[in-house]
Amino acid sequence: MTHNIYIYIAIMGGITYAIRVLPLTLIRRQIKNRFLKSFLYYVPYVTLAVMTFPAIMEATQSPVAGVAALLAGMLAAWLGAGLFPVSVLCCAVVFILELFLV
Amino acid sequence: MNRHKTSLQQGFRDGIPIGLGYFAVSFSLGVAARNAGLNAFQGFLASLLNNASAGEYAGFTVIAADAPYLEMVLMTLIANARYLLMSCALSQKFSPKTSILHRMLVGYDVTDEIFGITIARPGMLDPYYAYGAILIAAPCWAGGTALGVIAGNLLPVRIVSALSVALFGMFLAVIIPPAKKDRVVAVLILLSFGASYLSGILPGISGLSGGTRTILLTVVLSAMAAILFPVREEKEQHDA
Repeated sequence: MTHNIYIYIAIMGGITYAIRVLPLTLIRRQIKNRFLKSFLYYVPYVTLAVMTFPAIMEATQSPVAGVAALLAGMLAAWLGAGLFPVSVLCCAVVFILELFLV
Repeated sequence: MNRHKTSLQQGFRDGIPIGLGYFAVSFSLGVAARNAGLNAFQGFLASLLNNASAGEYAGFTVIAADAPYLEMVLMTLIANARYLLMSCALSQKFSPKTSILHRMLVGYDVTDEIFGITIARPGMLDPYYAYGAILIAAPCWAGGTALGVIAGNLLPVRIVSALSVALFGMFLAVIIPPAKKDRVVAVLILLSFGASYLSGILPGISGLSGGTRTILLTVVLSAMAAILFPVREEKEQHDA
């Protein structure tokens, strides 16, 4: 570890705060540029999807359990389950499957 | 003054289920923080200063890789870009008379959930409503992270393995419902899964760090989607 964790945290915190507070304090009108608006609209979905797969297979002891949690979570969210229930379901799927797989 | 007190109480009440959810998810984030080499205080501090699940998770992968500070800058910008959109939308909810101090305080905790409940309030936003929600949600978030770092060491591997997917479950709960309404988003998500998988095994790009790959894929795929399928006004209003 050649980098300081507190500097990492300060960078994270400072930038995250700036992202949130600058629009609130500076921008009083809606963004007009269509490309920029569309880009910002799609960004969260791509980032979260990219970070979820294949990472979810690597987070668990058994990759199969990770994939099962992914599919179960997608199905539950598709059917309208909220943030907390989906999270709990994913955990439960991994726990139960790994009783047999690991 | 009385009106502010009512708003504060309502915000606190609406913030309780959010806080409970945060506690569970941030516990899993704490496990990721521990794996990246953070101690409980550092995990607590990161969560207290960020209030961002995906952003923090992304940041922890940067810390784990001991990557350059510049990568942390880019990673945080990309992973939290959606808050820029939310804050833009939220800025329209403030009365023009709302002071800059209130705006700066509300901006501390614009998360998917708190944005969701504040934007759903009828009329102009009383900042005290947001403060009520933040008062319960932020400590749960930071406390859960710290506990995740500590208890991640004590819990059996089996439990940690199960809890480590809670965060991904939350990501799915954020991205899947809009995919139901918007087929472009649905296809984009599947495309992102595929591209992410391929970028981890293809020669050349797989040599880059995970954080850099996330940034690259996000910029390329989102720009492609924005060019091919620019959003219409009302869609942006709905999901912002």
